[in-house]
Amino acid sequence: MSKVLVVTSGKGGVGKTTTTAALGAAIAQSGSSVCVVDFDVGLRNLDLVMGAERRVVYDLINVVNGDAKLAQALIRDKRLDKLALLPASQTRDKDALTDAGVARVMEELREKFDWVICDSPAGIERGATLAMRHADMAVVVTNPEVSSVRDSDRIIGLLDSKTIKAEKGETLEKHLILTRYDPNRADRGDMLKVEDVLEILSIPLLAIIPESEEVLRASNVGCPVTLNNPLSAPARAYADAVRRLQGEAVPMSVPSDRKSFLGKFFTRRAA
Amino acid sequence: MSLLNIFSRRGSAPVARERLQLIIAHERADHGRSDLVVILREEILAVIAKHVAIEPDKVQIKVERGEGVSTLGLDIELPLPAAARLTAARTETAAKAKQAVAA
Repeated sequence: MSKVLVVTSGKGGVGKTTTTAALGAAIAQSGSSVCVVDFDVGLRNLDLVMGAERRVVYDLINVVNGDAKLAQALIRDKRLDKLALLPASQTRDKDALTDAGVARVMEELREKFDWVICDSPAGIERGATLAMRHADMAVVVTNPEVSSVRDSDRIIGLLDSKTIKAEKGETLEKHLILTRYDPNRADRGDMLKVEDVLEILSIPLLAIIPESEEVLRASNVGCPVTLNNPLSAPARAYADAVRRLQGEAVPMSVPSDRKSFLGKFFTRRAA
Repeated sequence: MSLLNIFSRRGSAPVARERLQLIIAHERADHGRSDLVVILREEILAVIAKHVAIEPDKVQIKVERGEGVSTLGLDIELPLPAAARLTAARTETAAKAKQAVAA
């Protein structure tokens, strides 16, 4: 049984694409086949974060329109053979995606892969609703920050009304990934705590990704953070998230990057 | 920051939390409103707009569910000229009715 998962958030810049790449790579490492699909037509970035930007020939819209076969558009990851990318189109606009075309492509992806992860564009417009439409489950990416939490609440409302599962009266599994979390600032009372966000959004927590330099470092070199430095705090948090998605009970924690005494000293000073 | 501030500081997160809880409760009520109320609102507005110029944001429609009965409440703020015309029409009808009784 293949699973379609949408990574969504409402607000932009909270870590949807980072999360899609990291989850995709971690699932592939665990041995399941996975395709990550970029739905951000016109503003594609998943290819860049995955380091495949120079290998894009055909894209989602070409496949939706029947100009290319799915197999022609899929880009196999060079590091993990179980991982594939279906890029978005950079030049066309999102109206080029037809409902029927997307439905057909999603069906084909389900046949080929164990997991299909749809990277949603920001916003609540057509691109975002199309990305979530065929999902079996959703990962809502949220920063511990007021605008992000508010937008996530809107997106949760859409997940409960605009998806095929919701229209059929079934429940769509929703999970929260809290990104850019800083336990020290939360302890000092200057950042919303995990419990605050959970109480407001009331969906189960899948992972807490700590604020970390490793995320930028990974995207700089075009490598999912789970592959670039598997021992780093965000990589461990994403790896735990994948184990939870696969049904394992993993205790929740906020991993931290190990720092030398001097390193700690300087970070404190900077903060 | 003064020394007093350092000790009495409770941080900005509780403020964020309270603001979020308020705005989200408000927005959920808006978006979760049943379709029937939306339809009623549109149709009632259309009927009134045929006769009186009204501003859509000066109209409040709410449904209150009680145990025995539910009520549909309409609160429409009329612009001054329209209100004057309505009152005039009412006095006229009342006058006519009086005449009819007298006759």
